[in-house]
Amino acid sequence: MSNHLKNLKLKIWRQSGPTDKGHFEDHIMPEISDEASFLEMLDVLNEGLIGENKLPVVFDHDCREGICGTCSLMINGQAHGPERSTATCQLHMRKFKSGDEIVIEPWRASAFPIIKDLMVDRSAFDRIIESGGFISANTGGAPDANLIPIPKSVADAAMDSAQCIGCGACVAACPNGAANLFTAAKIAHLNLLPQGQAERFKRTEAMVETMDEYFGSCTNHGECEAACPKEISIDVIALMNKDYRKSKFKNRKEISRN
Amino acid sequence: MTITLNSKIPAGSINDKWNTYKEDAKLVAPGNKRKFKVIVVGSGLAGASAAATMAELGYQVDVFTFHDSPRRAHSIAAQGGINAAKNYQGDGDSVHRLFYDTIKGGDFRSREANVHRLAEVSVNIIDQMVSQGVPFAREYGGMLDNRSFGGAQVSRTFYARGQTGQQLLLGAYQQLARQIGLGNVRMFNRTELVDVVTIEDRCAGIVTRDLVNGEVVSHSAHAVVMATGGYGNVFYLSTNAMACNVTAAWRAHRNGATFANPCYTQIHPTCIPQSDPTQSKLTLMSESLRNDGRVWVPQNPDETRPAAQVPETERDYILERLYPSYGNLAPRDISSRAAKRSVDSGRGVGPLKNGVYLDFSDAINRLGKDVVEERYGNLFEMYERIAGENPYDMPMRIYPASHYTMGGLWVDYELMTNIPGLYAAGEANFSDHGANRLGASALMQGLADGYFVLPYTIGNYLAPMLNKPIPGTDHPAFKAAELAAQARYQGYVDIKGTRSPDYFHREVGRIIWDYCGMERTQQGLEKALSELPALYEEFQKDLRVTGDTESMNQTLEKAGRVDDFFQLGMLMCRDALEREESCGGHFRAEYQTDEGEATRDDEKFAHVAAWEWTGDPTKSIRHQEELNFEAIHLATRSYK
Repeated sequence: MSNHLKNLKLKIWRQSGPTDKGHFEDHIMPEISDEASFLEMLDVLNEGLIGENKLPVVFDHDCREGICGTCSLMINGQAHGPERSTATCQLHMRKFKSGDEIVIEPWRASAFPIIKDLMVDRSAFDRIIESGGFISANTGGAPDANLIPIPKSVADAAMDSAQCIGCGACVAACPNGAANLFTAAKIAHLNLLPQGQAERFKRTEAMVETMDEYFGSCTNHGECEAACPKEISIDVIALMNKDYRKSKFKNRKEISRN
Repeated sequence: MTITLNSKIPAGSINDKWNTYKEDAKLVAPGNKRKFKVIVVGSGLAGASAAATMAELGYQVDVFTFHDSPRRAHSIAAQGGINAAKNYQGDGDSVHRLFYDTIKGGDFRSREANVHRLAEVSVNIIDQMVSQGVPFAREYGGMLDNRSFGGAQVSRTFYARGQTGQQLLLGAYQQLARQIGLGNVRMFNRTELVDVVTIEDRCAGIVTRDLVNGEVVSHSAHAVVMATGGYGNVFYLSTNAMACNVTAAWRAHRNGATFANPCYTQIHPTCIPQSDPTQSKLTLMSESLRNDGRVWVPQNPDETRPAAQVPETERDYILERLYPSYGNLAPRDISSRAAKRSVDSGRGVGPLKNGVYLDFSDAINRLGKDVVEERYGNLFEMYERIAGENPYDMPMRIYPASHYTMGGLWVDYELMTNIPGLYAAGEANFSDHGANRLGASALMQGLADGYFVLPYTIGNYLAPMLNKPIPGTDHPAFKAAELAAQARYQGYVDIKGTRSPDYFHREVGRIIWDYCGMERTQQGLEKALSELPALYEEFQKDLRVTGDTESMNQTLEKAGRVDDFFQLGMLMCRDALEREESCGGHFRAEYQTDEGEATRDDEKFAHVAAWEWTGDPTKSIRHQEELNFEAIHLATRSYK
């Protein structure tokens, strides 16, 4: 049976637009079921604000199943809050206690400008994928799917990094605002597979350099891995760095084989 | 516009129709393709794959999504897998068998020719996705692995852990991103369709609203593809993402596109039951779990012992008892109703007695915990996160929830609505799943439409338009639609009532769930049709949207969507009322066998109901497209 948390003190970032300075706003949540998710707690807050003729808090969210990567939020200074490998939408109020103070902020990174309140613009991630995060295989004419056997361990490793949901927690958690975990996860996914070999070094070079246009540099803090709701390992960054270094030799000669 | 429903099914035997069509279709020469502009609304599996492929071919493509990135589309949440008639397991699968299973699963209410084409191209989808780098599950020898899904006696489902939809969507998104990077696609994020414009009986373009600054803008094109998903959120609580809505399809409908079979909605049997009144959505547990999980309830309604202590003899394995040959893998509609009846009879489990058990203890004993974890680990974790219980130790509790909508915009064989130049693909159209969709078939259909059907059929429409001018956005019809959209959104803000859009969404959802959900009756539907207009009137008088129309305003977005759900909800109830039979997801309590199975009326209802908008959703006009079955015989669906 559900229990109720009482008297939560919420400190929420409000910012009317990209140019506004922004400020914290205090709210009291008198009572909420511990079965409610964190975002449902914000839904209740927003219904109350509409009831008082005020502007509800703007935040991004969609699937509420931890897979679309739309939700964000720094909760008490942690990206996606206190629970390990859990996106904000799957965080439940049973992880909090009555009387807790909860500080809620947007992702803070210069590459993710704030649109309003807790909503940010993550389109720099799309720019990285557009620069090379794909295998060029036009529709039609693909060979039979079982033509190239892929060892299970390779398929599994590719899948481990392909799980990235593109939420941006890695960037928000990084003191440098670096996007190395995001970029490397996609590079590892595609560079591990036989189908990804043809463009391996061209891809790596293009994606890393696009990343560098928008994001800070990696200095191996490892905060990204700790914040990642899909527990993607920072090992992928080592793979990316290795392929990037190689790409500087390979690409000049247009040789893309190992 | 007069409504003509010409399905344009090609002549010839069922095996030849698609090839015949492709051989006869008009072509646009490579160098001429760039003279055509195509708009794609939605960036899910159908939208992203259609946009990427058309851009590869050389068309100019504009893509619109209300998300912050095309990668967020709700296709991403599909868990279990994608069907294809590859017969890699050598277990007797074939194109014909997938075709037959899909028709039968849909309770003989889908269009044969479309379904056969779907089964044919299913094999190409897997080839295409593997070549794009989708990391499907593999066996140790490196070959692709398969599993079984409901309504099939073969293993034809390809999967990527419990995240197949994610991996397929990211594959299609990456193909789209490549075309954006190459400059062949212009991408419009955080932009919502607010109207469809037809000029001289052709679709001329769309009107959109920028969700960040409220700007209303027109876009003209030679053709428009609606790949805008389903309307399952009409129930308020559903497994759909929060932003899924019917607005784009509904705006097309209001502009003349007929809306087909709105009452065909799918209630998925395995979702986590509601635990709290503040709940905003329900979470699906993949159907693949029914490969190894056994569904049961205690025989005694007053059972209080924990599941593990209930002896075998006092358990009722409902699906295995009622449907021995398919057992726990009976199709979704049938499994859902079995769960509902158990709960209605007081034998529900959990603190609110609102679920049935899905028990893995036999599988864990037989296969070991490691194998079960390998297969379902991430789903078990997800369950534990939400329900706070560990499914390795205690059975999951599950209950049906709204999940998918088979109904949608009426389309012909070319996926064109009855408005020339306006197409609908994926869940947004109605054509392939009849009255019930089989598991792992939604991903298949979305990608089939986008990769392998639309890119062929759209050329047939565009070719004759070469070098002919199309109306620009300065045409008065665009200007009128822009003004109407601005007035509509300003109107919501100006009501200044007392209730939020969410309040009305919950209320409309409750009525639809109670009277047009898993079980429907004439009396209930009539009651819904008297309650809905009254509630809609209250919505129009008492809605409160704070803020303005010129900045990011999520309450305002919601208001527009709820408005359209009201109108759709009324049409759903009308459709359910007029269809005096039970078929698939549409179960009318008056039409059932002594054993409680659906009774179809093929004489009167072997047709598609396509509704024409008249200005009042309770007075829409019903048109019919007869369904002719040539390749298969109509039969009573049995999974016993």
